[in-house]
Amino acid sequence: MRVHGLREELEHQGISRREFLAFCASMAAVLGLPDSAGPAIAAAVENEARPILVWLEFQDCAGNTESLLRAGHPTVADLILDTISLSYHETLMAAAGSQAEQALTQAVHDNAGKYIALVEGSIPSGADGAYCTIGGKSALQIARDICGNAAATIAVGTCAAFGGIPAARPNPTGALSVADAVPGVKNLINMSACPANAENITALIIYYLTLKRWPPLDQYRRPLFAYGKAIHDNCERRAHFDAGQYVEAWGDEAHRHGHCLYKMGCKGPATSQNCPVVRWNEGTNWPIGCGHPCIGCAEPNFWDTMTPFYGRLPNVAGFDVGSWVDPVGLGLTGLVVAAAAVHGVGEIVRHRIAGGSSNEDGSEAE
Amino acid sequence: MAHIVVDPVTRIEGHLRVEAEVEGGTVKEAWSSSTMFRGIELILRGRDPRDAWAFTQRICGVCTTVHAIASIRAVEKAIGAMPPPNARLLRNLIMAAQAVQDHVIHFYHLHALDWVDIVSALNADPAKTSTLAQSISDWPLSSTSYFSGVRDRIKTFVERGQLGIFANAYWGHPAYRLPPEANLMAAAHYLEALDFQRRFIKIHALLGGKNPHLQSFLVGGMATPLDPDSQSALNMDTIAALDKLVAEGLDFVSRVYIPDVLAIASYYKDWASIGTGIGNYMAYGDYPEDDSENPRLFLPTGIIRGRDLAKTETIDQAKITEQIAHSWYDYSVGDDKGLNPYKGETTPHYTGPKPPYERLDVSQKYSWLKSPRYDGEPMEVGPLARMLVAYSTGRPARVKVLVDKVLKSLGVGPEALFSTLGRIAARAVETQVLVESMGRWVQDLAENMARRDYRIQDNSKWDPSSWPHDCLGAGFHEAPRGALGHWVHISNGSIVNYQCVVPSTWNAGPRDASGHPGPYEAALVGTPVAKPEQPLEILRTVHSFDPCMACGVHVVDATKRELARVRVM
Repeated sequence: MRVHGLREELEHQGISRREFLAFCASMAAVLGLPDSAGPAIAAAVENEARPILVWLEFQDCAGNTESLLRAGHPTVADLILDTISLSYHETLMAAAGSQAEQALTQAVHDNAGKYIALVEGSIPSGADGAYCTIGGKSALQIARDICGNAAATIAVGTCAAFGGIPAARPNPTGALSVADAVPGVKNLINMSACPANAENITALIIYYLTLKRWPPLDQYRRPLFAYGKAIHDNCERRAHFDAGQYVEAWGDEAHRHGHCLYKMGCKGPATSQNCPVVRWNEGTNWPIGCGHPCIGCAEPNFWDTMTPFYGRLPNVAGFDVGSWVDPVGLGLTGLVVAAAAVHGVGEIVRHRIAGGSSNEDGSEAE
Repeated sequence: MAHIVVDPVTRIEGHLRVEAEVEGGTVKEAWSSSTMFRGIELILRGRDPRDAWAFTQRICGVCTTVHAIASIRAVEKAIGAMPPPNARLLRNLIMAAQAVQDHVIHFYHLHALDWVDIVSALNADPAKTSTLAQSISDWPLSSTSYFSGVRDRIKTFVERGQLGIFANAYWGHPAYRLPPEANLMAAAHYLEALDFQRRFIKIHALLGGKNPHLQSFLVGGMATPLDPDSQSALNMDTIAALDKLVAEGLDFVSRVYIPDVLAIASYYKDWASIGTGIGNYMAYGDYPEDDSENPRLFLPTGIIRGRDLAKTETIDQAKITEQIAHSWYDYSVGDDKGLNPYKGETTPHYTGPKPPYERLDVSQKYSWLKSPRYDGEPMEVGPLARMLVAYSTGRPARVKVLVDKVLKSLGVGPEALFSTLGRIAARAVETQVLVESMGRWVQDLAENMARRDYRIQDNSKWDPSSWPHDCLGAGFHEAPRGALGHWVHISNGSIVNYQCVVPSTWNAGPRDASGHPGPYEAALVGTPVAKPEQPLEILRTVHSFDPCMACGVHVVDATKRELARVRVM
């Protein structure tokens, strides 16, 4: 199997050197690297052989696949996809049935221990694996076979990373995250969010090609470059929060003028992701920019811990010195501001949400 | 008699398995099985109905808006919320953008490779390709040098020996019939459509914060504030951006998608009599044009039975049932009965072979999908059903004009619509009709803003204390793949029961208690199969429905306790 470097491919595909360097510079920004890292990325990417990737879909909605299709920096993003040689991807691949299975078997066999597995969707453990089968094999068996022999596994989206919505109470199918389904999986990286932002997925691959190692992770195995700060810390509406200017009703003047959505249920203070910086769909917008609160989709168990979505976070911790919270707003929740500070990574403290869900004690609802 | 198993069926959303008996080069019988189950409706139980849209939205990330729309409509119906006109317009734009983008992705990225041989494109003459392209459209990317560049790009890709997603496919299969030049043109447009979908869907980012999984829906309206005098709201800059994106959409659909469908179809006219299926069609209708209790719908509602385009029936919700005779569920009333969604039950009970397995026993239960029936009969739903109802009723008039134009161009009569090719053509016509309408809805939004009407939400029903103690509601939507309904029962501010009956359940469901096949199963009968070990033709008919399996499988009835006993290893 012949493997070319990127430089040759760039020429074939009519991508100018200038376009490519611009892309590398923007990737450096996504990765939180200094501008000077751009040329280093370019050099690394151009000289690197293409790694084999296989993308597995289990209890998924294909939302992460669709997200990947929205990856920015158009021509070069296509190129990067070609560059990593996507050997298996059910939603996109031409082959079907036994020919598709064969493509997976071949890629994994020929590149044992060297390929990268990407997983989308949770993995059901109930009913002897019959809640998700592909080619007659259970998702659990496939995940263990494929991820178990991969150089690294990237759990794309909150379902693969943390179990996600299938694992939300009462978890009818015994849905598991990759970490729980494949004990001892090597180099697992969780790219959570619902779905994962395409720019972060691309950035992770560039990180690996450039620096020849995987990035440092937080306590949930998420890369710091994408999950190292709370949404709240980078939010464009933060000044309104600090000034006590809140949206009180949908469509009110405060809402129209971009005031803070905290009282409408925003989970930005308890959610770590780079949405405010990278935004979505090539920087077009993001949920808070569109007037809706953050729902905390990058956090483990957010379907249970962050709901009801329009309930106010009772304890918003970790304000900078001098910041303050509207005492009336918090008074309404009947709770006080907690002293627990949660700046930085690995200390995100989750709290019960005002109003509570009907089964917040973890018991079966009814 | 050859028994064919296609699993996984790829280039779809979700997990689909097809088994078929082939004799004398054609499919004699077929079985459609969905092999994945999550149970999202059960997970909804006991939760805040205002959150339900976000949960149901995750049923599918491909048709990422559709379950959110059906959900907010169901809850609004239950609690009596009345979204203001701006919310209707924002939703119409979001729904239409979804349909247009989804249909384009379906044609180019999920379906085209059943008809287009990428490897054959390597032998194309770029000059002849240019002539061909210019003969069907005035789309500017059509020069000899352009197609030469695309051919070289594919050549490089193939030569380097890593075929990626194009590996191990059916290239060179005798059922591929396009000349190399048409294959090259289509391959170029496959790549262009990849760029197009990413740009066009920015409409969703503008109106919903992000795509996939937009985040601006609210029970009672939308969270996207309108204010021409604010930099933090939908303002004239947004209107201008929407206008531009809609214009680009119209351009691509009219000058690339439609001409490509006609050009490719002209080589496969025999597929206008293959894949006919059950011949009953149902559309709930959608795109409300006013804010009354029963608004006029831009795409009309109705049922067509037995391919009779002369008349359409009105839909009676009470006649909708779901059966489970061949589905991995139990019913307390007996597995041979049908239940209306308001009274539905779902008790998953897997009785298939233990994985890993080779064959399903199709005489028993064989799918995670139920079998929805209307008045006891299977119904095909989707773009073809919608366009047939519109064609039959004459509303909107544009549908008849476009459908007749397509039929004339291919030299076939209306009976050709009931086919694999008919589904493809109907999807293209619908895309054109919807993208043409989007500009009008943007204009209406701007006019409301000119009148200083910035209302986006019925705040009177936001607080659960304003709701009836116990209420029921159903919400309907025409998703890209067809008629979608959500049924919700709310009590004391929480969800008691939640049910979805979705397009891919209607189309991909298994046989019912009477042994009548579902639409996929019926449509596959008679499909030719030249090489059973490479069942390309089966993919053609199945893909013509645009399967979306994660949507199709749902667990309903929260009242069945058995679910809680699912064993966790």
